[in-house]
Amino acid sequence: MKPRKANFWKVFETPAIIALFTAAGLFSALLGDGVWDALSWLGLGIPAVLALRGLLQRR
Amino acid sequence: MKSKTIRRWSAIHTWTSLICTVFLLMLALTGLPLIFHHEIDHLLGDAAELKEMPADTPRLNLQQLVQAAEKHRPGEVMQYFGFEDDEPNGAVAIMAPTAGTEPNSSHTFMLDARTGEAVEMPSANGGLMMVMLRLHVDMFAGLPGKLLLAFMGILFVLAIVSGTVLYLPFMRRLKFATVRRDKSTRLRWLDLHNLIGVVTLTWCLVVGVTGVISACADLLIAAWRNDSLSTMIAPYRDAPPLTQLAPATRLLEIASEVAPGMQADFIAFPGTRFSSEHHYAVFMKGSTHLTSHLLTPVLIDASTLQVTAVAERPWYMDAMGMSQPLHFGDYGGMPMKILWATLDVLTIIVLGSGVYLWVVRRRAQKPAFETAESPA
Repeated sequence: MKPRKANFWKVFETPAIIALFTAAGLFSALLGDGVWDALSWLGLGIPAVLALRGLLQRR
Repeated sequence: MKSKTIRRWSAIHTWTSLICTVFLLMLALTGLPLIFHHEIDHLLGDAAELKEMPADTPRLNLQQLVQAAEKHRPGEVMQYFGFEDDEPNGAVAIMAPTAGTEPNSSHTFMLDARTGEAVEMPSANGGLMMVMLRLHVDMFAGLPGKLLLAFMGILFVLAIVSGTVLYLPFMRRLKFATVRRDKSTRLRWLDLHNLIGVVTLTWCLVVGVTGVISACADLLIAAWRNDSLSTMIAPYRDAPPLTQLAPATRLLEIASEVAPGMQADFIAFPGTRFSSEHHYAVFMKGSTHLTSHLLTPVLIDASTLQVTAVAERPWYMDAMGMSQPLHFGDYGGMPMKILWATLDVLTIIVLGSGVYLWVVRRRAQKPAFETAESPA
């Protein structure tokens, strides 16, 4: 089922990367302050920015 | 994916979301101000503000604080003392007519640990933020309310999972983040629903699951009482009720001796649901960032002040402890709170667009050319 698998990753590659960033962001701030907090802002910022960009984009 | 499979998943997605949407909208709306409750309480003047005093002002001992609290509210008994990192000079006191009084009927205030002066914390006993909190936690309906919300949370998780499955057939021919603006309002919102839904996926899952765990807190605490607590206090089962408590003066020192390297988070007085009839329970938290959310109770005999047991932590109490920061978003400073609020608003948009898509779809009564792409 090769074509199907290729299809799956074509669709889910970017969302999976975003999910990993979000998860890392959620976890990192549990570990400490400073750099760990900054990492979490990055991880949670990525989904927020992507969603807002889609929402606010004009044609 | 076969079209029959798609139809099945889309039925799951439609119905799990439709049932939970009203509740999720309420949770997302009340949760929004709760993210900033600390700031709002201070702004409204509802938070306790302690006097400025020299840093080396001596502090009262715990028993003196107990006496100060009892003087402040005669006829009531101590339930809990809590300690907050951002107010090291204060101790949060929770009192009620009896030790076993349920939490919503207790009175919370702060004691200045240097003077014993009571400072009211209106936000902990009522007011707008309390209404938000009660709506968010149990809709003023107690345990049944919490369990209903927990069930809605489970439906929400199912809606997220089924939505993710459906993302594949929808997006097969589209590039990530495509938003078709030029076709129709419905298509634009379908694409936005898919985009915002998939990027907020992880955050929604984590907040959803930790919310369900928190909503089951009463059950978890009851399980802990039956499980670990009851075996530890078994020798006391037939002991007569205490008429007088040994002074609380040295509780923190006693607990530190058996739980070195840990800090006190709160003390449960005898008769509360976090202790036994015959024990003070000092809940100690770990000293690292991660372990500061995990609590280890030290049970101290309330007449002899001997340590009865340092309780082990069952896994579900740890899960409950870790769920709190991950649900509240209060562990990464103000930028995290703002991101938390943004993701919360985005979730509201996903919920709203989902309802919109369902309404439009029903009104259209399945025109043939649309069936492949609009199960939402």
